[in-house]
Amino acid sequence: MINKYQGSLSERLFDWFNYVFMALFSLVCIYPFYYVLIYSISNPRLASKGIYFFPAEFDFDSYIKVLSLNTIPHAFLVSLEKTVIFTVLCVYFSSMLAFLFTKRVMPFRKTMYRFVISSMYLNSGLIPWYITMKTYGLRDSFLLYVLPGIINAFYIILIKTYIEQMPSSLEESAQMDGAGFLTIFNRIIFPLSRPIVATVAVYASVGCWNTWIDNYLLVDNEKLQTIQVILFAYLNEAQGMATDLMTMVTNANSGRQLQLSPETIKMSITVISVLPIILVYPFLQKNFIKGIMLGAVKG
Amino acid sequence: MTYKSNKTGWRYFLIAMPFMIYVTAFYFVPLFGWIYSFYNYNPALSFSQLQFVGFDNFMKMYNEWSEIYRVLKNTLAMSVLSILVTPLPLVAAIMLNEVKHDKFKRFIQTVTTLPNFISWIVVFALTFAVFSNEGLYYTLLRNLHLDVPVIGIMGNNGATWFFQLGLSVWKGIGWTMIIYIAAIAGIDNEQYEAARIDGAGKFGLMRHITIPGLAPTFFVLLLLQISNLLNNGFDQYFVFYNSLVADKIEVLDFYIYKVGWLVSDYSYATVLGMVKSLLGIALLFAVNYLSRKTKGESLL
Repeated sequence: MINKYQGSLSERLFDWFNYVFMALFSLVCIYPFYYVLIYSISNPRLASKGIYFFPAEFDFDSYIKVLSLNTIPHAFLVSLEKTVIFTVLCVYFSSMLAFLFTKRVMPFRKTMYRFVISSMYLNSGLIPWYITMKTYGLRDSFLLYVLPGIINAFYIILIKTYIEQMPSSLEESAQMDGAGFLTIFNRIIFPLSRPIVATVAVYASVGCWNTWIDNYLLVDNEKLQTIQVILFAYLNEAQGMATDLMTMVTNANSGRQLQLSPETIKMSITVISVLPIILVYPFLQKNFIKGIMLGAVKG
Repeated sequence: MTYKSNKTGWRYFLIAMPFMIYVTAFYFVPLFGWIYSFYNYNPALSFSQLQFVGFDNFMKMYNEWSEIYRVLKNTLAMSVLSILVTPLPLVAAIMLNEVKHDKFKRFIQTVTTLPNFISWIVVFALTFAVFSNEGLYYTLLRNLHLDVPVIGIMGNNGATWFFQLGLSVWKGIGWTMIIYIAAIAGIDNEQYEAARIDGAGKFGLMRHITIPGLAPTFFVLLLLQISNLLNNGFDQYFVFYNSLVADKIEVLDFYIYKVGWLVSDYSYATVLGMVKSLLGIALLFAVNYLSRKTKGESLL
């Protein structure tokens, strides 16, 4: 490919530099993930002396420990559950409202659309949000994870733009056959919007998987803890340890002995908490690039 | 509007109603909480029992100006720094566009956007693994028999702003790069062909076609960033907070959390949040006005 196009010397130098630079750039982005992975499956004693490219003696003890700690598999399941339920609700209902907004015959269409879009810019702030959620009785409730955010103005803009580009004859013919609103939406519009629906599903699910502030502020129930908050709790403990270590430099050696195993455990939890994202997202990449293109055209 | 379509129209309207109620409940009802800025909020009391204090909570902003000044300085420093690096993803996208091997290109895209999809907690976990005193970086220095500072970069007060900037660039650059790649794909191919016929080389194409073609996207992203001057987010500063870097990492969003949560001054935190939101909206409208004046295009 490169040889086909014979550029000047400076252009070929640029190409060369460009490939090296891009390779390094990719490395910087991916290496921390890789490092945490090889550390988590290495012998902790050897790993702490420095590992760079390969695991030092495979050792899955930390995973066995982590998974036998009931809280972590449980938190993982809670995260998974809330992500799946939220994504389904968010994608379905945001699409339905977006579809309604394409209906020119609907009275007050523009007013309602502006009303929904303005929700994107109005932010009540932390405390009023907290008080409202508490008043709704969502404290210590699973619903807190899945109810707020189902209708998302940004997703609605994306989906509405997409639906507007579809030929209207599809819908008209179904209407002739006597199909009602829900039938048209469920059977025709929703399935045909797959590229944008997939994009929105990626945004929504990744967002939901990563959110933890709701859990952190409003949920104390151990049974409802998400993996992010559990990970943070473990890390924080370590951070406390690290600051203690810095103030007591003299005790550093004895401290290090203690820290060995927790270090590996932390890395294992990190791996577990990013695993779903790493496994799922490369497959959806093609879709969200399309989605961004729609967004970029709009912007 | 004919009679028949009007009837279906009202049916759609009825279907839309529950959605409007939902939006009101979850986006607009919380705004009524702003009223607590005029009261002395106490979670144990009902609304009628609360003591009305007028603008007392607003006066607090004036009285604690030195605190607010410090926090604002951090907020603006981080925002301005991230505005200064807005050309980075643009440059990276132009370079990525020059990669002609499709597989390599897709690999770079996949790998560089990955950090965008992880939470700040995970970013913190990775940073800790790499930059803590026992982490990769200092272990490597030790193994190379180089000097290792007693206090690592995560606790280095003087480096905080730049370290946090680096982290947010690392997390976000791949994603923004894809937005530019999408915009490059939108540039008319004929322009490139015409320029090539006119004898433009690789750099000529970049300078005369790609960069001007990306300017509108760049401008929009820049304006959005300016309108978010006071919003640097909360997660990042919350997870990287430690006592050593406290006075450099406290941005507005973090400070509001601190006042509300750790000090339990709900009313004052509400005031700060409200003022921040209103300033943010004002900024957004100002930027939008500028955009309409200069480009004839509206952002909103």
